[in-house]
Amino acid sequence: MNLSKDGAGFETVLIPLAAVAAGTLIFALFCEWAGASAVGVFRSIYKAGFGSWFSWQNSLVRAAPLMLCGLATALPARVGIITVGNEGAFVIGGLAATAAGLATAPAQPLICLSAMAVAGMVAGGAWIALAAGLQHYRGVNAVISSLLLNYIGLAILLQMVEGPMRDPASLNFPATFAIPETHQLGRIAGSRVHDGLLFGVIACLLAWFLLEKTVWGMKAKVVGGNPRTAKLVGLPLGQIILTAGFLGGACAGLAGMVEVAAIHSRASQSISAGYGYVGILVAFLARHSPLRVLIVSVVLGAVVASGGILQRDHDLPDATIAVFEGIVFLTILASETLYGRKFSLAVLARNAAHAES
Amino acid sequence: MPNPDSIGAWGVAIALAGGAVRGSIPYMFVSLGECLTEKSGRINLGMEGILLMGAMSAFWVSDRSGSPWLGALAAAAVSGLLGLLHAGITELPRVNDVAAGIAMIIFGSGLAFFFGKQFVAPMAPQLPVFDLGTGFSNTAIHSALRISPLFFVGIAAGLVLHYLFERTRWGLHVRATGDAPEAARSMGIPVRWHRVVATTIGAALAGVGGSHLTLYFPGIWSEGISGGQGLMAVALVIFARWSPLRCLAASLLFGGAQALGPSLQSAGVTGFYHLFNASPYLLTLAVMIASCSQKRTLAGIPGALMRRGAG
Repeated sequence: MNLSKDGAGFETVLIPLAAVAAGTLIFALFCEWAGASAVGVFRSIYKAGFGSWFSWQNSLVRAAPLMLCGLATALPARVGIITVGNEGAFVIGGLAATAAGLATAPAQPLICLSAMAVAGMVAGGAWIALAAGLQHYRGVNAVISSLLLNYIGLAILLQMVEGPMRDPASLNFPATFAIPETHQLGRIAGSRVHDGLLFGVIACLLAWFLLEKTVWGMKAKVVGGNPRTAKLVGLPLGQIILTAGFLGGACAGLAGMVEVAAIHSRASQSISAGYGYVGILVAFLARHSPLRVLIVSVVLGAVVASGGILQRDHDLPDATIAVFEGIVFLTILASETLYGRKFSLAVLARNAAHAES
Repeated sequence: MPNPDSIGAWGVAIALAGGAVRGSIPYMFVSLGECLTEKSGRINLGMEGILLMGAMSAFWVSDRSGSPWLGALAAAAVSGLLGLLHAGITELPRVNDVAAGIAMIIFGSGLAFFFGKQFVAPMAPQLPVFDLGTGFSNTAIHSALRISPLFFVGIAAGLVLHYLFERTRWGLHVRATGDAPEAARSMGIPVRWHRVVATTIGAALAGVGGSHLTLYFPGIWSEGISGGQGLMAVALVIFARWSPLRCLAASLLFGGAQALGPSLQSAGVTGFYHLFNASPYLLTLAVMIASCSQKRTLAGIPGALMRRGAG
């Protein structure tokens, strides 16, 4: 599987851009066919995402969980394990963070928030490490197991929220008790954007450093590129795969913690807002490179933020955004086929030039 | 709805059996479709999205045309097209079919939700049922014996697929394509053609399974209607060791697991409702852990899948 190439050069920039352009064009045709003006739709998406400082903030608030959820697929992918359990790790992380937050509520805000973050990361990390470990040790397809874990995670959330952790005052919409307002995650100075964005940016930078600048990252590349070689040179395959799974899951779990600590203050069904699923697309668009996850998340954050506007201004259902995401996902994957070929085209051109001279 | 209270624990058992028959239908069609696809050496993880498109198309066409059978056919056609798309993309060199399957889940469900939003009718015309329990006065038994014709179509499809694989030249060629593509190609078998046809027909079968979701009681369209059944059916094929007949048996088991939560609830057991509803997912996970092995020497696995470690 050629998932972990991260070479430099035009190829890795031009091909994804061309693929996104092709996907956008197909989506434009789809909009026209559905009776909406494609130009109008794109203008609305731009306006909702980047049209003003207000919409920038909206996009950045959504980019934060996308960065963390993107890493949840990108990190294990670098060691050759495709997992898509981001949503499950997200809700389990959010649930664990809520439990930790409620337990430490009497303490200082910083202590309480730290406990929440650690709980969210450990729970989310274990969640994805389980899927990664099952593939490595038992040969269980990690895509299937991690998707199953999404459903199981949501069931556990609902069971806890309606059972042991339920606040009796939440009648029609079951939820847990709330974390005190004083313990909410802060905002970045002068904006409505919460500190979760910092978590996301720092996580992407740390992941980049880990993969590109450390010995562990080098080992991970060998494992992802050629497991047989990795085994031959004596690398601890299982340990590296479990670590990559844990780190990825920890990011998604942290995103769940942020969702609770910055927005909802409590766990309920509504913390499962689908960021985990968009995170899969983020990782594939970024070709599993942490720095590109950073950029792609901001763009997709804007796209996610525009769902409501499409409904109001163009009478398109909110699933329009999902159609867009699906089309771009498919064109990005289809473009994988161009990588070898473009190179051979260049060789052909050079050979032709030689022949002429 | 049945009222199993009247006959106590037996009620749960009867509701479970009825639920297993009812619930097995989507699993049957999707797992048979996936079995055919994987026999040709291709994996289609996008069955969840394809199942949803089938369910939505069936509802739409049945509602507009008034004919539920036309709805089921439309489901097969639309899902077949999605299968053709998956087949086309994955035939491109260097495109990973596992990743393409993930994209198909997002694309298929996105499309289904997009078109499903416009439905105003709460219910489309339903497929007729075989009412085999008219002689029973007990409502639970009677309800369990109201069987959709698609149940029998599914059984027949499994038998036909088994026959095709075991007894026909076409089946042999598909299996050769999946087991040893290079050797098959050198024998003059058009492997690409067989993979594309198998993937397309496989998806069309899954679409028929989707039509059961919207054209059988309660027969409504909702975005959560498939609830991962397309995904679990893919896992089920591994458990069934790529045998159509074992797919049929495993589908009944999964249908029963799915009926566990609702059956217990209707018998008055309401604690842990969500966890009982999660039992099909837990069962699938347990079954996969039990039936896979690190060495990947799975009996019956198509050779091309084994070499890529995709089991």
